[in-house]
Amino acid sequence: MTALLEAVEISKRFGEFTALNNVSISVPKGSIFGLLGPNGAGKTTLIRIINQITMPDQGNVTLDGAPLEQHHIQDIGYMPEERGLYKSMKVGEQVLYLAQLKGLDKKEASKRAKYWFDKLDIGDWWNKKIQELSKGQAQKIQFIVTIMHQPKLLIFDEPFSGFDPINANLIKDEILQLREEGATIIFSTHRMESVEELCDHIALINKSQKILDGEINAIKRQYQNNTFDIGVKVTDEVAYKSFLGDLSNTYNVSKAQFKTLGNEEKLRIEMGSKGSPNELLSKFKLFGQVSHFVEVIPSVNDIFIQTVNQNK
Amino acid sequence: MSILSLIIRREYVARVRNKSFLIMTFLSPLIAVGMISLISYLTQLNGEDKRTVVIVDDSRLFDTVFVNTDQTTYLDLTKEGMETAKKLAKDESYYGLIYINKDVKTSDNALTFYGDESPSYDFITDIEKKIEKKLENERLIAQGIDLVILENAKASVSLNVENFSGEQSSKMSNWVKAAFGGGAGYLLMMFIIIYGNMVMRSVIEEKTNRIIEVIISSVKPFQLMLGKILGTTLAGITQFVIWVLIGSILLVVLSSIFGIDPSAASEVNPLSSQVKDISSDPSLVVEILEEIKKLPLLQLVIGFFIYFVGGYFLYSSIYAAIGAAVDNETDTQQFMLPIIMPLMLAIYVGFFSVIDNPHGTVATIFSIIPLTSPIVMLMRIPFDVPGWQIAISVTLLILSFVGTVWFGSKIYRVGILMYGKKPTYKEIFKWLKY
Repeated sequence: MTALLEAVEISKRFGEFTALNNVSISVPKGSIFGLLGPNGAGKTTLIRIINQITMPDQGNVTLDGAPLEQHHIQDIGYMPEERGLYKSMKVGEQVLYLAQLKGLDKKEASKRAKYWFDKLDIGDWWNKKIQELSKGQAQKIQFIVTIMHQPKLLIFDEPFSGFDPINANLIKDEILQLREEGATIIFSTHRMESVEELCDHIALINKSQKILDGEINAIKRQYQNNTFDIGVKVTDEVAYKSFLGDLSNTYNVSKAQFKTLGNEEKLRIEMGSKGSPNELLSKFKLFGQVSHFVEVIPSVNDIFIQTVNQNK
Repeated sequence: MSILSLIIRREYVARVRNKSFLIMTFLSPLIAVGMISLISYLTQLNGEDKRTVVIVDDSRLFDTVFVNTDQTTYLDLTKEGMETAKKLAKDESYYGLIYINKDVKTSDNALTFYGDESPSYDFITDIEKKIEKKLENERLIAQGIDLVILENAKASVSLNVENFSGEQSSKMSNWVKAAFGGGAGYLLMMFIIIYGNMVMRSVIEEKTNRIIEVIISSVKPFQLMLGKILGTTLAGITQFVIWVLIGSILLVVLSSIFGIDPSAASEVNPLSSQVKDISSDPSLVVEILEEIKKLPLLQLVIGFFIYFVGGYFLYSSIYAAIGAAVDNETDTQQFMLPIIMPLMLAIYVGFFSVIDNPHGTVATIFSIIPLTSPIVMLMRIPFDVPGWQIAISVTLLILSFVGTVWFGSKIYRVGILMYGKKPTYKEIFKWLKY
């Protein structure tokens, strides 16, 4: 897969403080790319460099193979973490103005604005001022402003913060739809679990360094170690107790945390390279009713913590 | 439409539609005219205040000196004696009592004014003059000098000033030039303070609305800054034009209704107090018009344009940079000094040094230094400034404007994305290196 955006060995310092240290990322065309890391890791600085708001001290960025230039702003849609619109300007005028700044002509801009206002069912807001809208409503306008010029690359910094669950889903669907239509999307967030299932590529950034990147399933496979959660309704207490003793000698066994309706015995078993899940399951069957058997796939959050600890 | 004109249009519309702008535009001429009318009415009222002054003249020298006027009635109570006069003046609450000792010819200490309120400065001067004059005449007569001969011997001359190419000028022409230059300089200062502030507020507004990051991902900070300055300037010009229109209409209407002489209002401004005397004398009006015709008008208009635009742009880019550096308007106070100081300096140098000696060292130097040159040079231009000085001054002005815009957009680029920090000069200096 070819890369739409490539950032190579980007470094950026603010005085004594290093915001980015030799960070490279490659965002494949048509992917949803997660730029993940805790607060203050340098995500926003990297995004601002991609948007040409700040210039890197070192390194270079290419979009579709060409080094970034002023005209590329038309190819990028950016929703910053700090959402903001002109409070005392009418919604419609504001949307048209911002779209025109991105290079649309007025006629085209108002056609698309109408389309989106109808689609998100907010047509009657056209003549309202932002200060008359609620925060969530303003976020919808912000979303329209970000995508209206149909950019190749969409960047959302903390995409779902400020949306209620219903609107967050609505926006999520719209973003997936845009991807279907060919857009490439970057999500940047410190709440890794919120975008995990959406992303197909991720880069983890911590303390101005990139610590891990790649295709998400490949990364997860790398970190998976044959761990299973099992829930069992024990019928033969005595035999089960001795079996559990043997099991603990072979594998790493701990209490598992998941919800069931009964009061089953819940265990997490790390098998590593010893044994297969089928074997394990057939053993448990002998002591009662197995109601739960799931492989534990490491979450991005776990992987992040693990990588940070390894790098220490 | 180009990006710059889009920004200019938005800024213009945003300013002009703003409620406080509308209120300011239409209310301030009303308030200003109202104030002027009120003050001139009060001045007239004050002038009409009649007063009675009691005179007790023990020297009997001044019978003919104190002549009643519209304002002042003198009541000679010398015969009734000091005690009675004092009592009467107090009971009737007269303005006061002047006592003249009989030793007035020889003593310096022979005059006393009694009164509950202290008399006005004008009144004291007037009385002193009257008595001095009379005493002088008395002494001249005592020396055997005929006053009629003395009066006839008095001479009056006026110096004709002419340059080597034969152009005449006069005191009047200098006065007209000073008024022109001073007016232009003052106007520029007001314009800078009012609309520079507007530029700054508009930058801060974008920061507090947090829209700045969206905008700056679409346009260059330089474009945004320039667009803001130009858009606000256009709004300012609109406001000025409306003010002038409304103001003149109101003045005409008011003066025809209440019969207030509009030129009397200019008494409020001490600088133009002479205008009153002038306008009441038709020959002087003609003379002034003649002088205005003689001014280097083309040079004036061009100079006015260059310095007005250059000076305004220079200062508003500083204002914009300040707006970018801070979070809210309260934090701007510490950065106001570098703006207000040179403006004040320029105005003072202009009004004291330029009018006194337009080509003196101080005036020349300050008309070349960029931050003061717009105002000082505007004031000097009517007095024929050598071409090389204008050339240096304009070059420096343009260079420093470019410099400030560069400096400003640097601060802008960093500052607009800085939240929550109260910046110091040191901090801002560091931003330049980012």
